Amino acid sequence: MGLTIKHLLGLRGVSEQDITLILDTADNFYEVLQREIKQVPTLKGITVVNLFYENSTRTRISFELAEKRLSASPLNFSTSTSSVSKGESLRDTMRNIEAMKIDMVVVRHGAAGVPAFLTRCTGATIINAGDGLHEHPTQALLDMMTIRQKLGRLTGLKVAIVGDILHSRVARSNAWGMATMGMKVVACGPPTLLPQHCAPLGVTVTDSMDKALDGADVVMMLRLQLERQGSGLFPSIREYRERYGLDLEKLSKLPKNVLVMHPGPINRGIELASNVADGDHSVILDQVTNGVAVRMAVIYLLGGGENA
Amino acid sequence: MLKKPNGQTIYRPIDGACPQKLIIKNGRVIDPANGVDDVCAVGVENGLITLCAKEVPPDFGAQEELDASGMWVVPGLMDMHVHLREPGREDKETIETGTLAACAGGFTAVACMPNTNPVLDEESKIRYVVQRAQNSVCRVYPVGSITKGLLGEELSPFGEMVRAGARAVSDDGKSVRKADIMKNALNYSKSFRIPVICHCEDSDLARGGHMNEGAMSTLLGVWGMPSVAEEVVVARDIMLAAYTGARVHIAHVSTAGSVRLVRDAKKLGVQVTCETCPHYIALTDDDLAAYDTNRKMNPPLRTRLDQEALLAGLADGTIDVIASDHAPHVSEEKDVEFDAAAFGVIGLETSLAIVLTYLIEKDVLLPSELVEKMSLMPNRILGLPGGTLSKGSVADITVIDPNARWTVDSSTFYSKGRNTPFNGFDLHGFARYTILSGNIVYERKDP
Amino acid sequence: MKKLEPLMDAQALDRALTRIAHQILERNHDLHNFGIVGMQTRGVFLAQRIAKKLGALEGIELASGVLDVTLYRDDYRTAFKQPSVKVTNIPFDINGIDMVLVDDVLYTGRTVRAALDALTDFGRPKTIQCAVLIDRGHREMPITADYVGMSVTTRSNQEVALKVMEIDNEDSVWLMEQGPDK
Repeated sequence: MGLTIKHLLGLRGVSEQDITLILDTADNFYEVLQREIKQVPTLKGITVVNLFYENSTRTRISFELAEKRLSASPLNFSTSTSSVSKGESLRDTMRNIEAMKIDMVVVRHGAAGVPAFLTRCTGATIINAGDGLHEHPTQALLDMMTIRQKLGRLTGLKVAIVGDILHSRVARSNAWGMATMGMKVVACGPPTLLPQHCAPLGVTVTDSMDKALDGADVVMMLRLQLERQGSGLFPSIREYRERYGLDLEKLSKLPKNVLVMHPGPINRGIELASNVADGDHSVILDQVTNGVAVRMAVIYLLGGGENA
Repeated sequence: MLKKPNGQTIYRPIDGACPQKLIIKNGRVIDPANGVDDVCAVGVENGLITLCAKEVPPDFGAQEELDASGMWVVPGLMDMHVHLREPGREDKETIETGTLAACAGGFTAVACMPNTNPVLDEESKIRYVVQRAQNSVCRVYPVGSITKGLLGEELSPFGEMVRAGARAVSDDGKSVRKADIMKNALNYSKSFRIPVICHCEDSDLARGGHMNEGAMSTLLGVWGMPSVAEEVVVARDIMLAAYTGARVHIAHVSTAGSVRLVRDAKKLGVQVTCETCPHYIALTDDDLAAYDTNRKMNPPLRTRLDQEALLAGLADGTIDVIASDHAPHVSEEKDVEFDAAAFGVIGLETSLAIVLTYLIEKDVLLPSELVEKMSLMPNRILGLPGGTLSKGSVADITVIDPNARWTVDSSTFYSKGRNTPFNGFDLHGFARYTILSGNIVYERKDP
Repeated sequence: MKKLEPLMDAQALDRALTRIAHQILERNHDLHNFGIVGMQTRGVFLAQRIAKKLGALEGIELASGVLDVTLYRDDYRTAFKQPSVKVTNIPFDINGIDMVLVDDVLYTGRTVRAALDALTDFGRPKTIQCAVLIDRGHREMPITADYVGMSVTTRSNQEVALKVMEIDNEDSVWLMEQGPDK
């Protein structure tokens, strides 16, 4: 028993068995998080480095919490710490960290392929917390855990992912992970925010939100990066909200137990109306709780052992 | 003498003329300029070719004999697109190490690009390169820049650069952004009968890209440069050439659309020539799955469909030249995450073998067409007398062993660069001898 | 592993559990402030049976739960692959109560040590008692069981295997030995 993968670089190519094992283990860690003492001594003495080249408070805190709840010792290297911002090369940073004898690295970086690059630099276990436009596997895992928790299954469900698909590594990891688990995914956004070549994602692509939402069991809204407005990718926030935002009216056409999800942070009133974000269908806060459980499961399953 | 462990040896030419009488026997002489493709003997005296015949006259009196049985004897190869990095980045390559690499690759001449530091944008800079290359084992012809400092605003002084030895102008590394400046450059080049070599890339369309925009870039999550970023400027430069009546040479063609544009333009009589590179012939963007920075260059590796169009363009003559775009980098600039890695791969020491393995062995090109594209046409386009084995011409000769089998090991290269996309590849063929002015300057023994 | 010798048949197993139930009752007179927790995996079924017997004897429904100690093991760094984490569910407050941990086999004592660690995270019981079906010796920790179904001498290349109707379609205890697979 145990995972067949040695690192978590992405969900593309990860087997159904491995994903199921992570989700099952996460369910058990969820129980730990309900206890009064939300900690287990399993990873005592194991050091995990959180190497965050991109600013991200919520993901880093989620990982840090997961590490602490497992009694591991987290070390944070972020862009604000001296050597990372002084232009030290990635390879040298990695060598220095390794010289301090750490077991596992959780890395987030703006360039795709960095986690894979690190597996060539070091013997430590690597967990991808988001690399460029490529993948964000723990996010997709916590999304699937939440869906399974609320709807009881994954196979056969239809998921609509709506928003800036082009720049979204969350959309990619979900597309690949959910396809493996037998779910049907539809990616939706304005043509300027969809990849020019979509085939590798293996999902249905549409620019019509009506088509995407039709019969959806889960609607996952993506954050619109407002800075992109100036670069000609979409004309105005008003038009974007009208065509691709989720409000109560659009929500009312969906099945009674549809789930509304969002990886956060939310632009309230733009891609997601406040009353939907806070409404009964929203499982956004469950996603956050499950994030810690999923990350505990991933760290637990990948760590330890005589190089399993 | 510079020996390498894999049996390569470079001999520095002695000052002055070559004293030998040399005869090259039993080789298949391939000289398309003179319509020759036959087993002949080639005789060299005082650095010039004096004989090319089936039989060697008994009184020739050669002091040295080269037995080229099983090998091809061709006019010295020329790579018309290399980056020698000197002046400015001697850590990446120097004129000396670059010419050694060229010689080992079978080249007797190269044309080097002006994106050095300082840029080769006036007489003294061109002169510097010419002087530094004086005693090299390979001839070096500088290409001057189109605009001062490569800034795309003011024209460089073409006349004085040509006088100092420049054979063409180019802003290679980027395009001339402003179409009116490009038009002026084309018009001005007519006075000097030089081609304008165009690096075609629309910087707005390509901005932020690190590889070809396609299914692969979606898969890898890397921002892409669409093929159309190259094609819109190819179209522009061809149309400006047609309008002004000037000569353009499109550098490193990589897309199907570019091939089509050049083909159509040639049909209309536009004075356009173009080149492609060995890496586009052998690899596609599928080969980037492991984010290997030794496969990152600009223009980037494109799709299989683009590659097929390049092969068709080579076969039907649309593509005139194969050049390497040899671009050495130090490991600090390559051994980093993909997005941060510099663009460029080396090629001088693998070009010939790649062409032999992927084009000759696969019957895409005939041996005579290889000689055209790697010797005759580069010389013609740059207005040089080389590229033939005509009697009386300077004895720059390459003897190719097309049957040799070898594995690429970048640690044995003469180039300072190690950024080859082909490390570990099993290839067919190499230059066994490189002969410059009748001197055997390079010899390769199998280890 | 091959079967060497039967240690208990279905009847013997049931009698042992009945005796253990009586012994528990003897020591803990009042079952209202009492809980029983079965250890994953097969201890869970034994705990259920004991709880049922105690419930029948006293006419009450006992507080019961299941405990998985995978996360408290001492061999995370050295084990070849991580054993899968199973369900833990202790749906009652363990503070101040008497409780019994039930497991199938007591061997090195490390599993019980891990269980004691786990329970400390849930609260502070008045007493923690331990009931095992088989005590096979070879302790590596200073741990004793309060209630034992049967004591058996074993060698370290042997294994004691409990089979239960719920998952193995039979009730029995076997002494197993390493050898050609049956």
